[in-house]
Amino acid sequence: MMNKYFLLLLLTAFSTTSLADTLYITLEKDNALAVVDGETGKLLKTVPLGQRPRGIELNKDQTLLYVAASDDDTIQILEVATLEIVGNLPSGEDPELFRIHPNGRLLYASNEDDNEVTVVDLHSKKAIAKISVGVEPEGIAISRDGKWVVNTSETTNMVHWIDPVTQTIKANTLVGARPRAAAFSPDGGALYVTSEIAGSLSRLDTATKQIETTMSFKIAGVGQELIQPVGILVHPNNKILFVALGPANRVAVVDIETMTVIKYLLVGQRVWNLAFSPDLTRLYTTNGVSNDVSIIDVADLKVKKSVRVGHYPWGIAVKE
Amino acid sequence: MKGILIVQRLVLCSCWLITGYSSGVFADSVSVKMGFLTEQTPTPPALSNLDSILTDEGIQGAVLGISDNNRTGQFTGHDYHLKHESVPVGGNVLQAFDRLLREGYQYVIADVRASTLKKLSPIALANKVLLFNASSTDVELRNASCGANTFHMIPSDAMKADALAQFMLKKRWKKWYMVRGKDEKDLNFTRAIKRAAKRFGINVVEEKVWNFDHDARRTAQADIPVFTQGSDYDVLVVADVKGLFGEYLAMNTWLPRPIIGTQGLVPRAWHRTHERWGAVQMQNRFYEQAGRWMNDVDYSSWLAVRAVGEAVTRTENTTPKEVKAFLLGDEFSLAGFKGVKLTFRGWNHQLRQPILLAMPRSIVSVLPHKEFLHPRTYLDTLGYDKPESKCQF
Repeated sequence: MMNKYFLLLLLTAFSTTSLADTLYITLEKDNALAVVDGETGKLLKTVPLGQRPRGIELNKDQTLLYVAASDDDTIQILEVATLEIVGNLPSGEDPELFRIHPNGRLLYASNEDDNEVTVVDLHSKKAIAKISVGVEPEGIAISRDGKWVVNTSETTNMVHWIDPVTQTIKANTLVGARPRAAAFSPDGGALYVTSEIAGSLSRLDTATKQIETTMSFKIAGVGQELIQPVGILVHPNNKILFVALGPANRVAVVDIETMTVIKYLLVGQRVWNLAFSPDLTRLYTTNGVSNDVSIIDVADLKVKKSVRVGHYPWGIAVKE
Repeated sequence: MKGILIVQRLVLCSCWLITGYSSGVFADSVSVKMGFLTEQTPTPPALSNLDSILTDEGIQGAVLGISDNNRTGQFTGHDYHLKHESVPVGGNVLQAFDRLLREGYQYVIADVRASTLKKLSPIALANKVLLFNASSTDVELRNASCGANTFHMIPSDAMKADALAQFMLKKRWKKWYMVRGKDEKDLNFTRAIKRAAKRFGINVVEEKVWNFDHDARRTAQADIPVFTQGSDYDVLVVADVKGLFGEYLAMNTWLPRPIIGTQGLVPRAWHRTHERWGAVQMQNRFYEQAGRWMNDVDYSSWLAVRAVGEAVTRTENTTPKEVKAFLLGDEFSLAGFKGVKLTFRGWNHQLRQPILLAMPRSIVSVLPHKEFLHPRTYLDTLGYDKPESKCQF
């Protein structure tokens, strides 16, 4: 209880006045992008995209949006101001998730069908390397200092540690069954990995590349089989992190120090990806099956509302 | 600065060319030898030429599994080999099995008849090798004829029938009209259907045998309405495993009723229309390799190879004893694109798994539904549960 109170205090430190933000959400089944006002949750407009859009990111200065159009085997480039498609990137086959290196120049995309990670130079718009990884690469995470790029492979059950200077794998760590998302701690010292089928969250030590601890989730009235951890988001305060639990329809709030669950937040069905508002007051979740986005108040750890956005919301990017 | 960038780019490009499989390759990799045993059976007469006769059933799944395992193996230092023994009709399967054993194959996937598997099981146990049943759905193999070193990757007839019954119960279509063929497999499936009906409180109001004694000059359109007259019912359940007449039932029954069983709505381990839980990637990978869609036997063969791969990777041990212990332990979980982890039932070595209920162009449902409660796992509401099992190792 003491701990919880302390946490809330810490969290409220961030919740000053909330600023307006815009959410860009890929709609996997609508082949479209939903544009939503983060504060009001109002759907502003829907823009057509390529086939089966999933991963989405903004560039560093937030002028361009990159969207993986998985079934078109490309990453589309949209101009934020006009929301028009202004180009394509050679992402390799079936790109799903991708991340942009802190240098703002290199983009790492996982190619599920090819068992590769493609490295794209955003300046020249050319693929500069293809890294052979395990079967069905999925999650990508890049440490803030840019020293490590990690990729999870779902069927090989590994985390591959890629050196972004040489674009080669330096180490591999075996994790729980069907690893999905990965996220570094703000200082880069730890890596968090969710395992969808094992139903677990592991913390790996970046220095040793070994698993430090693994935790599982338990929700009263929800079958263990339905607890399938996917998206992870680490709070920059390095005190808590959020894990989307897929068909358990909940987001777990995890205390980082003890690696225990503080609270389960009931959101929409098959919750997948997570994002903060720029001022960290709100957490957004994409709920694939219920076709909505849940908006969570980070200070109260309470779900404020759910907003319908279109069919199969998947990826989310937030602009100030 | 620009110069440095160019140099870096050159380095990057050359890496792309040589990376391939080089990253993390082990100099002395440990070899894991897996055998695949096919017993060819006489081709049944076909209703039509709609589906081509498969000559590579099962083995394609194993080949894909080996390639998946080797991708992991490059990082862990394991090298998986596959040898295929295909025994022609009338050939000696036991000799082929023996050849594999003498060549040191300790993991053998079997796509053989139930009667053959019954003979292979004790040999596998005596030779301390593991046998994986990839095609036989016979419940007896999971009960009286079970083997301590035999693992069943394919769902049993009982699991499939229970899945159908659970869905029918949910729909409240509780009066079944049973039509079966005369083949032994049809009888087995019929028995499983009746067991499922009893378990879930469904009433089989009539049972008829399709004898093939109809007048060849009469069409299905003329014959089947007459054949299906009698009691009123909710669904017609057909047991025609080889597909000799079942396809003709739909839209020809006397009453307007859906068809389920071996035709119509079918229970499957895998189906070409399945695309949830990452199955699309699996479908694509398989299609690219085989040039056709994956079926139940391919999927079960893939699972067998992957199960061994998982055990070897996690235990860093390649002996059947250790692999078996791991497969039956709490740590084991196999990801099979069905949204839940797949594990083995300790009492008969059947792989627990959801069953897909499919129509030719869609998945209707995936069973069990979580409303079917069970103290262990809802997956154990399908097939023979521990107290019902007659298997003794």
